[in-house]
Amino acid sequence: MGETLSGIAASPGLAAGPSYRIAPRPELPPAIAVSDADTEAARALDALTSVVADLGRRAAAAGGVAADILDAQIMMADDDMLHEDVEARVRAGTDAPHAITEALAVHRAAFEAAGGYLAERVADLDDLRDRAVAASLGLAMPGIPSPGHPFVLVAGDLAPADTAGLDPGQVLALVTEMGGPTSHTAILARALGLPAVVGCAGALGVGDGVLVTVDGTRGRVETGVDESTVERIREQEAARKEKLSTVTGPGRTADGHPVALLANVGSANDRMDEAEGIGLFRTELRYLDRAEAPGFDEQVETYTGVFRAMVGRKVVVRTLDAGADKPLPFLFAADEPNPALGVRGLRVARRHPEILRTQLDAIATAARAEDAEVWVMAPMVATVAEAADFVARCRDAGIAKAGVMVEIPAAALRAKALLDVVDFISIGTNDLSQYTLAADRQCAELADLLDPWQPALLDLLAMCAAAGGATGKPVGICGEAAADPGLAVVLAGMGIDSLSMSARAIPAVREALAAHTLDECRKAAAAALAAGDAASAKAAVG
Amino acid sequence: MPSRTVAVASASGLHARPAALFVKAAKAQPVAVTIRTGEKKPVPAGSMLHVLSLGAGHGAEVTLEAEGEGAEEALDVLAAMLVTDLDATADHG
Repeated sequence: MGETLSGIAASPGLAAGPSYRIAPRPELPPAIAVSDADTEAARALDALTSVVADLGRRAAAAGGVAADILDAQIMMADDDMLHEDVEARVRAGTDAPHAITEALAVHRAAFEAAGGYLAERVADLDDLRDRAVAASLGLAMPGIPSPGHPFVLVAGDLAPADTAGLDPGQVLALVTEMGGPTSHTAILARALGLPAVVGCAGALGVGDGVLVTVDGTRGRVETGVDESTVERIREQEAARKEKLSTVTGPGRTADGHPVALLANVGSANDRMDEAEGIGLFRTELRYLDRAEAPGFDEQVETYTGVFRAMVGRKVVVRTLDAGADKPLPFLFAADEPNPALGVRGLRVARRHPEILRTQLDAIATAARAEDAEVWVMAPMVATVAEAADFVARCRDAGIAKAGVMVEIPAAALRAKALLDVVDFISIGTNDLSQYTLAADRQCAELADLLDPWQPALLDLLAMCAAAGGATGKPVGICGEAAADPGLAVVLAGMGIDSLSMSARAIPAVREALAAHTLDECRKAAAAALAAGDAASAKAAVG
Repeated sequence: MPSRTVAVASASGLHARPAALFVKAAKAQPVAVTIRTGEKKPVPAGSMLHVLSLGAGHGAEVTLEAEGEGAEEALDVLAAMLVTDLDATADHG
């Protein structure tokens, strides 16, 4: 018998198929006395053999660099010396999981001592140990399951490390018990174009291999469905995708009111083909994992790559957004008690104005040589004075269009005064949610507070849109909220000019806008703003 | 005991893919071959974990040793691999 589970709609679309859970890392149980050394040794060696077989299947499916890494890991698990060592430990009275753990710990210490490349391989050894220990205990091996056919991935929550090896060709949809609309799972699902339901209580209770349907548009998971239902849902999804591809061209309402649909990118490698331009070019990538800031020439090259791909189109470059969840060692000497409220974003320029100056010069230089329409904006701006100072620095560098992001409630409340001194504003709804509701984006327990349909957030967005109307200057959105087709209609009705999101999310938003006239969008906005809470705001728009 | 002392030529050292190729070749030899760095304890050349644990980087001197029939030939084959940049040949592997 099936049941219906409800969660937060995190990435639109329908999917159906067998569900498999990501098993957690096994806990090492208390040591037990070995009564039968032969049986216990076989248990330990069988565990290592099954790890070799499982990794072999993954390597065959992976190919390329990933296969090389897996191949090295297979050779570690298949190492005769390891098997001898593990068996000797069992015969000396240690149980299988402890023998495996202790034998690998010797090499773990050697890897750590060697440093450099080997220290980075410690994670591979730990992964090997967790898999072998799980197998020796008769538990599912941790990590992304590989049943050998497409499946719905179910997890407590997904960390970037869990999803690094995720094969979009094998995963039909993502379902997590925790997480909110701006969680890693939600962002990843939208980037990959996979339906996702997060904050879905009871998801981990669904057995492996059980057929489920996932509705990422409504936030529903049906469990224990039959094959014909799976087939029907797959047909529905194919029809939905077919319909999406029939609406093309720039974003506009049914009666032709334009709402630019832009892409969020981190480099020229990111997908941007669906977009009318780039609404958020994150420039942090070049700075992460560096001992010092990248030089002027290197930056010019990076920016040129993106501008060249966008000839004749708009590219909104966000200056370095360091701090909080993206700390850069060369900028931050000491630990901050509360990094999300610390020296991050534009505030870094208070200490290191030269880093901002070099970046603005590099952007201006790249922009002069290419034919993209380059706009530049600063992250984490709180006051009009900060905005005015940033605009002055942009003008000094020769940048024509300078704006700021609205991520702090203080900036949203003063949107009109900000627009008097800048050329445009772009609202980062993820941070604006976290600061308005005082709920950490990383905190899965508070996911409901981070729902972009929260009335307080909608009020701030409407305030910014109205300020745009009053000043005649552009107001865009570049947070995850822009990728929600239902909310896109509301935002267009408020008077937002552009929506920037993962490129894959654009077709669904384009279709939603095309299905409504501007007047209908305005009515939807009024209904959402009149609602008392997030759920009724969604229901009011229907 | 027959031995060869050579410097590791692979750009990434005796790690990753070069280590995998070397260990596979060592296992295929008819005699047991050991490898050590400096005067440290020799370890089996056919053990991926032990070979990685040597931490032999690019240019590190390593000594191969083996005894018995076919030892000289086995050492020649493996020493020749170590003095080749196996990273550079990776695409052809």
